[in-house]
Amino acid sequence: MAYDRSRPPAIGILMDLGDIRNWVFLVIAVVMLAGSIVVVTTRNVVHAALMLVATLGGAAAIFILLGAEFVAATVVLVYIGAVVVLFLFGVMITRAPLGGQGALDHSRKWPAALTAIATFAVLAGSTVAFFGDAEIGSGDPVLTSEIGSSIFNRFVIPFEVVSFVLLAALIGGIVLARRDPEA
Amino acid sequence: MTLSQFLVLSAGLFSIGVYGVLIRRNAVLILLSVEVMLAAVNINLVAFGQYLENTGRFAEGTAASGQVFALFVITVAAAEVGIGLAIVLLIFRNRSSVNVDELDALKW
Repeated sequence: MAYDRSRPPAIGILMDLGDIRNWVFLVIAVVMLAGSIVVVTTRNVVHAALMLVATLGGAAAIFILLGAEFVAATVVLVYIGAVVVLFLFGVMITRAPLGGQGALDHSRKWPAALTAIATFAVLAGSTVAFFGDAEIGSGDPVLTSEIGSSIFNRFVIPFEVVSFVLLAALIGGIVLARRDPEA
Repeated sequence: MTLSQFLVLSAGLFSIGVYGVLIRRNAVLILLSVEVMLAAVNINLVAFGQYLENTGRFAEGTAASGQVFALFVITVAAAEVGIGLAIVLLIFRNRSSVNVDELDALKW
Protein backbone atom coordinates (compact mmCIF):
# COMPACT_ATOMS: atom_id res chain seq x y z
CA MET A 1 0.00 0.00 0.00
CA ALA A 2 1.38 3.31 -1.03
CA TYR A 3 0.55 5.81 1.65
CA ASP A 4 0.86 3.62 4.70
CA ARG A 5 2.36 6.11 7.13
CA SER A 6 2.79 3.60 9.95
CA ARG A 7 5.85 2.05 8.32
CA PRO A 8 9.11 3.88 8.86
CA PRO A 9 10.77 5.26 5.76
CA ALA A 10 13.06 2.50 4.63
CA ILE A 11 16.13 4.50 3.69
CA GLY A 12 18.47 1.61 4.36
CA ILE A 13 16.44 -0.84 2.30
CA LEU A 14 15.77 1.06 -0.89
CA MET A 15 15.75 -2.21 -2.76
CA ASP A 16 15.67 -5.91 -2.13
CA LEU A 17 18.93 -7.37 -3.36
CA GLY A 18 17.43 -10.83 -3.73
CA ASP A 19 15.67 -9.62 -6.87
CA ILE A 20 17.76 -9.94 -10.00
CA ARG A 21 16.09 -6.88 -11.53
CA ASN A 22 17.52 -4.74 -8.76
CA TRP A 23 21.02 -5.87 -9.63
CA VAL A 24 20.33 -4.92 -13.24
CA PHE A 25 19.06 -1.59 -11.96
CA LEU A 26 22.18 -1.06 -9.87
CA VAL A 27 24.50 -1.70 -12.81
CA ILE A 28 22.54 0.68 -15.04
CA ALA A 29 22.38 3.33 -12.30
CA VAL A 30 26.14 3.19 -11.70
CA VAL A 31 26.79 3.53 -15.44
CA MET A 32 24.38 6.47 -15.71
CA LEU A 33 25.73 8.34 -12.70
CA ALA A 34 29.36 7.80 -13.69
CA GLY A 35 28.62 8.86 -17.26
CA SER A 36 26.81 12.01 -16.21
CA ILE A 37 29.59 12.95 -13.78
CA VAL A 38 32.05 12.69 -16.66
CA VAL A 39 29.68 14.81 -18.78
CA VAL A 40 29.82 17.67 -16.29
CA THR A 41 33.48 17.41 -15.30
CA THR A 42 35.58 16.40 -18.31
CA ARG A 43 37.84 18.91 -20.03
CA ASN A 44 37.22 17.37 -23.44
CA VAL A 45 33.99 18.43 -25.11
CA VAL A 46 33.82 15.39 -27.37
CA HIS A 47 34.22 13.08 -24.36
CA ALA A 48 31.31 14.90 -22.72
CA ALA A 49 29.10 14.26 -25.75
CA LEU A 50 30.12 10.59 -25.90
CA MET A 51 29.50 10.10 -22.19
CA LEU A 52 26.08 11.63 -22.70
CA VAL A 53 25.47 8.66 -25.00
CA ALA A 54 26.28 6.30 -22.09
CA THR A 55 23.94 8.20 -19.80
CA LEU A 56 21.08 8.22 -22.29
CA GLY A 57 21.66 4.57 -23.14
CA GLY A 58 21.29 3.86 -19.42
CA ALA A 59 18.06 5.85 -19.47
CA ALA A 60 16.79 3.68 -22.33
CA ALA A 61 17.68 0.56 -20.34
CA ILE A 62 15.80 1.94 -17.31
CA PHE A 63 12.77 2.52 -19.54
CA ILE A 64 12.88 -1.10 -20.71
CA LEU A 65 13.13 -2.18 -17.06
CA LEU A 66 9.97 -0.14 -16.43
CA GLY A 67 8.12 -1.73 -19.36
CA ALA A 68 8.30 1.40 -21.53
CA GLU A 69 9.72 -0.08 -24.68
CA PHE A 70 8.49 2.57 -27.07
CA VAL A 71 9.98 5.37 -24.97
CA ALA A 72 13.27 3.45 -24.86
CA ALA A 73 13.31 3.13 -28.64
CA THR A 74 12.46 6.82 -29.00
CA VAL A 75 15.29 7.82 -26.66
CA VAL A 76 17.75 5.79 -28.71
CA LEU A 77 16.46 7.21 -31.99
CA VAL A 78 16.01 10.85 -31.04
CA TYR A 79 18.63 11.44 -28.35
CA ILE A 80 21.45 9.11 -29.24
CA GLY A 81 20.79 9.20 -32.96
CA ALA A 82 20.04 12.87 -33.52
CA VAL A 83 20.67 15.10 -30.52
CA VAL A 84 24.19 13.87 -29.78
CA VAL A 85 25.13 14.20 -33.45
CA LEU A 86 23.76 17.74 -33.36
CA PHE A 87 25.90 18.44 -30.30
CA LEU A 88 28.98 17.11 -32.05
CA PHE A 89 28.22 19.44 -34.96
CA GLY A 90 27.88 22.28 -32.47
CA VAL A 91 31.26 21.42 -30.95
CA MET A 92 32.79 21.29 -34.40
CA ILE A 93 31.34 24.60 -35.56
CA THR A 94 32.05 26.61 -32.42
CA ARG A 95 35.58 25.25 -32.12
CA ALA A 96 35.20 24.56 -28.41
CA PRO A 97 38.63 24.08 -26.88
CA LEU A 98 39.49 20.39 -26.96
CA GLY A 99 41.43 19.51 -23.84
CA GLY A 100 42.14 23.11 -22.93
CA GLN A 101 43.15 23.85 -19.37
CA GLY A 102 40.21 24.97 -17.27
CA ALA A 103 38.76 27.17 -19.97
CA LEU A 104 35.49 25.23 -19.94
CA ASP A 105 34.62 25.78 -16.29
CA HIS A 106 34.13 28.65 -13.90
CA SER A 107 36.64 28.87 -11.12
CA ARG A 108 34.12 28.82 -8.26
CA LYS A 109 33.10 25.19 -8.02
CA TRP A 110 32.12 24.96 -4.36
CA PRO A 111 28.91 27.02 -4.48
CA ALA A 112 27.77 24.95 -7.46
CA ALA A 113 28.61 21.68 -5.71
CA LEU A 114 26.79 22.86 -2.60
CA THR A 115 23.69 23.76 -4.65
CA ALA A 116 23.75 20.38 -6.38
CA ILE A 117 24.12 18.47 -3.12
CA ALA A 118 21.32 20.48 -1.53
CA THR A 119 19.08 19.78 -4.54
CA PHE A 120 19.81 16.09 -4.26
CA ALA A 121 19.19 16.07 -0.51
CA VAL A 122 15.83 17.80 -0.87
CA LEU A 123 14.61 15.72 -3.82
CA ALA A 124 15.84 12.31 -2.65
CA GLY A 125 15.07 12.92 1.02
CA SER A 126 11.49 14.06 0.46
CA THR A 127 10.63 11.33 -2.05
CA VAL A 128 12.14 8.55 0.04
CA ALA A 129 10.49 9.88 3.19
CA PHE A 130 7.13 9.99 1.44
CA PHE A 131 7.13 6.86 -0.71
CA GLY A 132 9.39 4.71 1.46
CA ASP A 133 9.53 1.19 0.13
CA ALA A 134 6.35 1.36 -1.96
CA GLU A 135 6.59 -1.29 -4.67
CA ILE A 136 6.41 -0.02 -8.21
CA GLY A 137 4.61 -3.21 -9.17
CA SER A 138 5.27 -5.28 -12.20
CA GLY A 139 2.45 -4.75 -14.61
CA ASP A 140 2.62 -5.80 -18.20
CA PRO A 141 4.78 -3.69 -20.49
CA VAL A 142 2.79 -0.91 -22.12
CA LEU A 143 2.14 -1.81 -25.72
CA THR A 144 2.95 0.67 -28.43
CA SER A 145 -0.66 0.46 -29.58
CA GLU A 146 -1.80 1.67 -26.16
CA ILE A 147 0.56 4.65 -26.41
CA GLY A 148 -0.73 5.37 -29.90
CA SER A 149 -4.37 5.34 -28.87
CA SER A 150 -3.51 7.44 -25.83
CA ILE A 151 -1.76 10.06 -27.96
CA PHE A 152 -4.50 10.23 -30.57
CA ASN A 153 -7.47 10.18 -28.21
CA ARG A 154 -6.71 11.73 -24.88
CA PHE A 155 -3.64 13.76 -25.79
CA VAL A 156 -4.50 14.77 -29.33
CA ILE A 157 -4.50 18.52 -28.63
CA PRO A 158 -1.14 18.51 -26.80
CA PHE A 159 0.14 16.39 -29.66
CA GLU A 160 -0.89 19.03 -32.19
CA VAL A 161 0.61 21.78 -30.03
CA VAL A 162 3.89 19.89 -29.79
CA SER A 163 3.99 19.36 -33.53
CA PHE A 164 3.47 23.09 -33.96
CA VAL A 165 6.34 23.71 -31.53
CA LEU A 166 8.54 21.47 -33.65
CA LEU A 167 7.57 23.37 -36.80
CA ALA A 168 8.31 26.68 -35.11
CA ALA A 169 11.67 25.37 -33.92
CA LEU A 170 12.49 24.16 -37.42
CA ILE A 171 11.73 27.53 -39.00
CA GLY A 172 13.42 29.38 -36.14
CA GLY A 173 16.56 27.28 -36.47
CA ILE A 174 16.77 27.98 -40.18
CA VAL A 175 16.17 31.70 -39.73
CA LEU A 176 18.72 31.99 -36.92
CA ALA A 177 21.49 29.97 -38.46
CA ARG A 178 21.51 31.14 -42.07
CA ARG A 179 23.60 34.10 -43.10
CA ASP A 180 21.81 37.21 -44.28
CA PRO A 181 21.89 37.22 -48.08
CA GLU A 182 22.98 40.86 -48.19
CA ALA A 183 24.02 43.39 -45.60
CA MET B 1 11.64 -2.83 -7.49
CA THR B 2 10.57 0.08 -5.36
CA LEU B 3 9.48 3.46 -6.65
CA SER B 4 12.06 5.18 -4.46
CA GLN B 5 15.07 3.67 -6.15
CA PHE B 6 14.04 5.21 -9.45
CA LEU B 7 13.31 8.54 -7.80
CA VAL B 8 16.70 8.59 -6.06
CA LEU B 9 18.50 7.77 -9.32
CA SER B 10 16.56 10.52 -11.03
CA ALA B 11 17.34 13.00 -8.25
CA GLY B 12 21.04 12.15 -8.52
CA LEU B 13 21.07 12.68 -12.27
CA PHE B 14 19.17 15.94 -11.92
CA SER B 15 21.60 17.24 -9.31
CA ILE B 16 24.58 16.35 -11.48
CA GLY B 17 22.90 18.25 -14.32
CA VAL B 18 22.37 21.26 -12.03
CA TYR B 19 26.06 21.15 -11.10
CA GLY B 20 27.04 21.05 -14.76
CA VAL B 21 24.81 23.99 -15.67
CA LEU B 22 26.29 26.02 -12.82
CA ILE B 23 30.00 25.38 -13.40
CA ARG B 24 30.28 25.24 -17.18
CA ARG B 25 31.29 28.34 -19.13
CA ASN B 26 30.90 26.84 -22.59
CA ALA B 27 27.33 27.19 -23.87
CA VAL B 28 27.39 23.83 -25.69
CA LEU B 29 28.33 22.07 -22.45
CA ILE B 30 25.55 23.87 -20.58
CA LEU B 31 23.08 22.48 -23.13
CA LEU B 32 24.57 19.00 -22.61
CA SER B 33 23.98 19.30 -18.87
CA VAL B 34 20.39 20.35 -19.51
CA GLU B 35 19.94 17.14 -21.49
CA VAL B 36 21.08 15.15 -18.45
CA MET B 37 18.44 16.93 -16.36
CA LEU B 38 15.72 16.19 -18.93
CA ALA B 39 16.67 12.50 -18.95
CA ALA B 40 16.22 12.47 -15.18
CA VAL B 41 12.78 14.02 -15.51
CA ASN B 42 11.77 11.40 -18.09
CA ILE B 43 12.72 8.58 -15.72
CA ASN B 44 10.50 10.19 -13.09
CA LEU B 45 7.54 10.47 -15.44
CA VAL B 46 7.70 6.87 -16.63
CA ALA B 47 8.28 5.50 -13.12
CA PHE B 48 5.34 7.42 -11.68
CA GLY B 49 3.11 6.31 -14.54
CA GLN B 50 3.96 2.67 -13.91
CA TYR B 51 3.54 3.08 -10.16
CA LEU B 52 0.16 4.81 -10.35
CA GLU B 53 -1.14 2.28 -12.85
CA ASN B 54 -0.19 -0.58 -10.55
CA THR B 55 -1.75 0.94 -7.45
CA GLY B 56 -5.09 0.35 -9.16
CA ARG B 57 -6.52 3.64 -7.92
CA PHE B 58 -6.61 5.18 -11.37
CA ALA B 59 -8.18 4.26 -14.67
CA GLU B 60 -6.47 1.95 -17.10
CA GLY B 61 -3.87 3.64 -19.24
CA THR B 62 -2.13 5.68 -16.54
CA ALA B 63 1.22 4.11 -17.40
CA ALA B 64 0.63 5.01 -21.05
CA SER B 65 -0.11 8.60 -20.00
CA GLY B 66 3.19 8.85 -18.16
CA GLN B 67 5.00 7.55 -21.21
CA VAL B 68 3.20 10.00 -23.48
CA PHE B 69 4.38 12.82 -21.20
CA ALA B 70 7.92 11.48 -21.52
CA LEU B 71 7.56 11.47 -25.31
CA PHE B 72 6.40 15.09 -25.24
CA VAL B 73 9.42 15.99 -23.12
CA ILE B 74 11.70 14.26 -25.62
CA THR B 75 10.08 16.18 -28.48
CA VAL B 76 10.41 19.54 -26.77
CA ALA B 77 14.01 18.72 -25.82
CA ALA B 78 14.83 18.03 -29.45
CA ALA B 79 13.33 21.39 -30.43
CA GLU B 80 15.24 23.06 -27.62
CA VAL B 81 18.56 21.61 -28.78
CA GLY B 82 17.93 22.73 -32.35
CA ILE B 83 17.09 26.31 -31.37
CA GLY B 84 19.74 26.43 -28.65
CA LEU B 85 22.54 25.35 -30.94
CA ALA B 86 21.37 27.79 -33.61
CA ILE B 87 21.56 30.60 -31.04
CA VAL B 88 24.99 29.41 -29.88
CA LEU B 89 26.17 29.36 -33.48
CA LEU B 90 24.90 32.90 -34.01
CA ILE B 91 26.65 34.10 -30.85
CA PHE B 92 29.86 32.43 -31.97
CA ARG B 93 29.59 34.13 -35.33
CA ASN B 94 29.20 37.56 -33.76
CA ARG B 95 31.52 37.29 -30.75
CA SER B 96 33.95 34.49 -31.71
CA SER B 97 33.30 32.94 -28.30
CA VAL B 98 30.62 30.81 -26.66
CA ASN B 99 31.69 31.45 -23.07
CA VAL B 100 28.58 32.60 -21.25
CA ASP B 101 30.45 34.89 -18.86
CA GLU B 102 31.77 36.97 -21.74
CA LEU B 103 28.25 37.70 -23.01
CA ASP B 104 27.65 40.81 -20.94
CA ALA B 105 26.33 43.19 -23.60
CA LEU B 106 23.05 43.58 -21.67
CA LYS B 107 24.80 44.23 -18.37
CA TRP B 108 24.40 47.81 -17.27
